[in-house]
Amino acid sequence: MVAALNAALRDALASDPRTLVMGEDVGRLGGVFRVTDGLQREFGPERVFDTPIAEAGIVGAAVGLCLAGWRPVVEMQFEGFSYPALDQVISHVAKYRYRTKGRVGLPLVIRMPFGGGIRGKEHHGESPETYYAHTAGLKVVVPSNALDAYRLLRAAIADPDPVVFLEPKARYWAKEEGILTTEGPGIGEAVVVRDGAACTIVSYGAMVHRCLEAAARLEERGIGCRVLDLRSLVPLDLGALGEAVRRTGRLVVVHEAPRTLGMGAEIAARAMEEAFDHLEAPVARVTGYDTPYPPASLEDRWLPSVERIVAAVERTVSY
Amino acid sequence: MIVERKGTGGPLRLVAPDGTPMGDVDVGLPEDELRELLRLMVLARRLDEECLALQRQGELTVYPPHRGQEAAQVGSAFALGPEDFVFPSFRELAAALVRGVDPVEYLEYHRGTWHGGPYDPMATRFAPICVPVATQLCHAVGWALGARLDGLRACALAYFGDGASSEGDFHEACNLAAVWRAPVVFVCQNNRWAISVPVRSQTAGEIWRRAEGYGFPGLRVDGNDVLAVYAATREAVERARAGEGPTLIEAVTYRLGPHSTADDPTRYRDPEEVERFAAEDPIARYRAFLLARGVVDEAFVEACAKEAERRVAEIRAAVVRIPPPPAGELFRPVFAAPTAALERQRAEALGGPGG
Repeated sequence: MVAALNAALRDALASDPRTLVMGEDVGRLGGVFRVTDGLQREFGPERVFDTPIAEAGIVGAAVGLCLAGWRPVVEMQFEGFSYPALDQVISHVAKYRYRTKGRVGLPLVIRMPFGGGIRGKEHHGESPETYYAHTAGLKVVVPSNALDAYRLLRAAIADPDPVVFLEPKARYWAKEEGILTTEGPGIGEAVVVRDGAACTIVSYGAMVHRCLEAAARLEERGIGCRVLDLRSLVPLDLGALGEAVRRTGRLVVVHEAPRTLGMGAEIAARAMEEAFDHLEAPVARVTGYDTPYPPASLEDRWLPSVERIVAAVERTVSY
Repeated sequence: MIVERKGTGGPLRLVAPDGTPMGDVDVGLPEDELRELLRLMVLARRLDEECLALQRQGELTVYPPHRGQEAAQVGSAFALGPEDFVFPSFRELAAALVRGVDPVEYLEYHRGTWHGGPYDPMATRFAPICVPVATQLCHAVGWALGARLDGLRACALAYFGDGASSEGDFHEACNLAAVWRAPVVFVCQNNRWAISVPVRSQTAGEIWRRAEGYGFPGLRVDGNDVLAVYAATREAVERARAGEGPTLIEAVTYRLGPHSTADDPTRYRDPEEVERFAAEDPIARYRAFLLARGVVDEAFVEACAKEAERRVAEIRAAVVRIPPPPAGELFRPVFAAPTAALERQRAEALGGPGG
């Protein structure tokens, strides 16, 4: 996935001379995860540049760059270091178009590695998507695989509105076959990545793969699951969600973020609004717990496991 | 040149509070522009008074008066060219007038009919009114960096207050501007009060001196001396345009009025202090200076007041006619194209399909 993201940035920089890449260590080093590897060498230090460690300043400056006609792609080094920029994101990035009566939009992308599962230190495994998804005016995009990472990042950079682009760290080194293309489903479109009739499992990011593993195991037990990869949390694909609930009548939501007011709450409510009459069981949530993200040696107990997902589906199906 | 006097320790001052020139006062402005500075300050003062009245009459929501800060704003904004970009906080109505922002559109904000960007920020090159303290400074740095990348000879000018100098965004903006040699002029209007907190409780040092730590020049000017503010800003603008990076100007002034119409300054400051500073009024000082030098006469001064009266009457009439926005404006663009979820909420709120 790192290579796909790198290719997306390279192709965006090559196709639009107004695109910039900025952030901590994104230049010579190529980013701590190497997502920006080689870009400074190729496009020069004016278009791909390191910034001081100043997240609010970086995002604030990106707002100004947009006003000057540039399209900055900003990297927050880790999701846990993105919080100093929340004031700029919430007060300005999200609101600019609205505050200016629609006159001034900010074509800005804020990329950040997110989620756990890589034995990281504290502040390196969090899932802050709700903070962003709850803020009107931001799009929130989460690829689960390399081809989508390319497609969605290109779409995010081309988007006229600010996009928070969450990159699942646990999938950074996953290798996949395929051709990188901008063709295919865009931002706001969920994708059915496995079909089945007994239950729908909805997820996004790294957890999609765990859901697929769970679905394979459930299939062996005769329980066919539809797995829906949301890909974008804002806009949320209500059509695909409603369709899945109508088809299967049962729904399990899986995410890493803590349960309370996580995306699962929203998805459950939307499923009810979309297709209450089709629900044959309560919507189940398999999520991180309402604790801070745990230390590396405990993270496997905290993250939704294949076993927890399987158990939740079995409970839902036998309700 | 005049700004060379800044090394003397005290703030740069060209005209004493009683209007007496202090040595060379040639700031390079022809006489008609010297008169224009007075005209703009008089208009800004009169409009500010009217806004207070409009608020008291229920025609505006909360309003933050700038009385006493006319020289700091007019002098600095006057030093800019049309290609430059201003990043205001929320008390810069005087600067907005200088930049040609339509005051009626601007006052939509204080009438509560729209948020901080009621005018066109790109056409006026005056960014939306910015309330989250010091955040606009980072925007100015980004714009300036963008201008530099485009090879433009233009600068960003960002306004902030003494209170904002305590915010992290102030520090980050100064540091980024310095590292990037961004063409930015940071103008601190030190009006000595951040709502109820005096500047001595805000910072133990002097704001202008912080520039040295970031690696760029800073200077303190008498913010009630419009010529000193103009000269200092002009020099900073030239430096920025020449690729020499940012400057921090601390314009020491005084907020004669309340923080906003929701504030009661008698709870925290001595009325005698206000009287003392009222004697340093920027408009009276400059008027006395111009009269003594024969740049204006009493007839001009009177005409200025009359013109301000007439324009403010027009503005007032237009402001009170601004209707409450129709409910549909709730759903003004959040995104370039509305999401399905938003479309449904719009229908739910306003009727129509799905409502």
